[in-house]
Amino acid sequence: MGAGHGHALYVHEHSPIHRIAPETKVLAVLLFVVAVAITPREAVWAFGIYAVIELVAMRVARIPASFVLSRLVAVIPFVIFALFLPFVGQGKDEEFLGLAISSAGVWAMWNILAKALLGATASILLAATTETPDILKGFSRLKVPGVITAIASFMIRYLEVIAGELGRMRTAMTARGYDPRWLWQARPIASSAGTLFIRSYERGERIYEAMLSRGYAGSMPHVSGETATPRQWIAAMIAPAIALVVAATALVIV
Amino acid sequence: MNTTLRVRDIHYSYPDGREALAGVNLDVGQGERIAILGPNGAGKTTLAHHLNGIRRADEGLVEVDGIELDDSTIAAIRRKVGLVFQNPDDQLFMPTVEQDVGFGPANLGAAVEELPAIVADALAMVGASGLERRVPHHLSGGERRRIALATVLSMSPAILVLDEPTSGLDPGGRRDLIEVLSELEMAQVIITHDLPFALELCPRAVIMDGGQIVAEGKTTEILSDTELLGRHRLEMPYRLR
Repeated sequence: MGAGHGHALYVHEHSPIHRIAPETKVLAVLLFVVAVAITPREAVWAFGIYAVIELVAMRVARIPASFVLSRLVAVIPFVIFALFLPFVGQGKDEEFLGLAISSAGVWAMWNILAKALLGATASILLAATTETPDILKGFSRLKVPGVITAIASFMIRYLEVIAGELGRMRTAMTARGYDPRWLWQARPIASSAGTLFIRSYERGERIYEAMLSRGYAGSMPHVSGETATPRQWIAAMIAPAIALVVAATALVIV
Repeated sequence: MNTTLRVRDIHYSYPDGREALAGVNLDVGQGERIAILGPNGAGKTTLAHHLNGIRRADEGLVEVDGIELDDSTIAAIRRKVGLVFQNPDDQLFMPTVEQDVGFGPANLGAAVEELPAIVADALAMVGASGLERRVPHHLSGGERRRIALATVLSMSPAILVLDEPTSGLDPGGRRDLIEVLSELEMAQVIITHDLPFALELCPRAVIMDGGQIVAEGKTTEILSDTELLGRHRLEMPYRLR
């Protein structure tokens, strides 16, 4: 609740990448990620080129490296999983610091690490240069079905409301001396999750009533604003075009 | 005076059988402001939901500008009755203020090119110009309340129905709201526990209790009848009695 939240994912700047129409950026990121995903893992050089493309985009958009690194924390669970692969992979055919490791496992680790980090960085750059409502506009101009963008927009709109509600419930518990340390004290948390679900469900009903009373008849109204110019499309497609050429080359060579 | 809203003997029971409205009659004239007072659970919010067909009465009649509410007129009635919910978080559901204020007019068929002007007008009416690009959950309570009002003003309703508009507002936000509402020309039904607020804005008031209207009259007279207020769990602030 309350005013003055910062945006966790958006960096306020006035770079060319910030100004370009959102649908071009959404599609560019999507294509870039596809290129990364289809690149064979043995083409290490290709991943190097992708990383350079992202670094250039980061510089042009004036996004600090520290910002991107701190958001990359989100992929740590995958990284940890990947780090185990060389030790649990099939056929221990190599040795590393006296431990038997599997070369197939090493390749699998590299594959996950490289693709997860490159993909996450691309989406972080999108979020850092495009405000959330604009990303949704971008999706809807790319003809993503209205139901899906509506669900996404409600989720974004109410995530903070529900998080605030959860926060107040926890405060209320703490205020009455609840200080869980052990697993068997978790019962109130479980029941509060249930309460939160019921409250959110009821809120959904009230929101639907609010929508009805403003003439909602089953489909969300169209979004306004200027759409992308051909020049913006061309500019936005430079990075994914390079990436797709690189991916295609890698697929042929390997 | 022409009648904007006519409610005749409406009855409504919740699915669990509890009777929420037990024969409500109400008339609101063109441009008139009327306060609906009453204790918690009196049926005030349920009545508000009947005025634009969010809930439908088991029996009785709701008429807005001479149009009777039924299945064929419900869209027209919703255009005429602007309902502002108690909690702005239920009212503001779009990603930005601009999209939220434009939601109603867009549903009514306004063209995409007309929307910015409609939105700007509605925001100007509530003193919130310049908040177009803001995200609803980053607004203050008072701003949110005024934007919620703007989301129905943008539909140019004939009558506004406000449910507890001052709950949770600081005195400054409350004052801003009084100024905005007193400038508006359409009829207004104001449901409130804030009796001085009712006194300041509404020449006429009704008291609702047990799903019925139990008293009706000039707000000054209703609010000076301490015994009547007490019977319905209402009370003027000490210094104003």
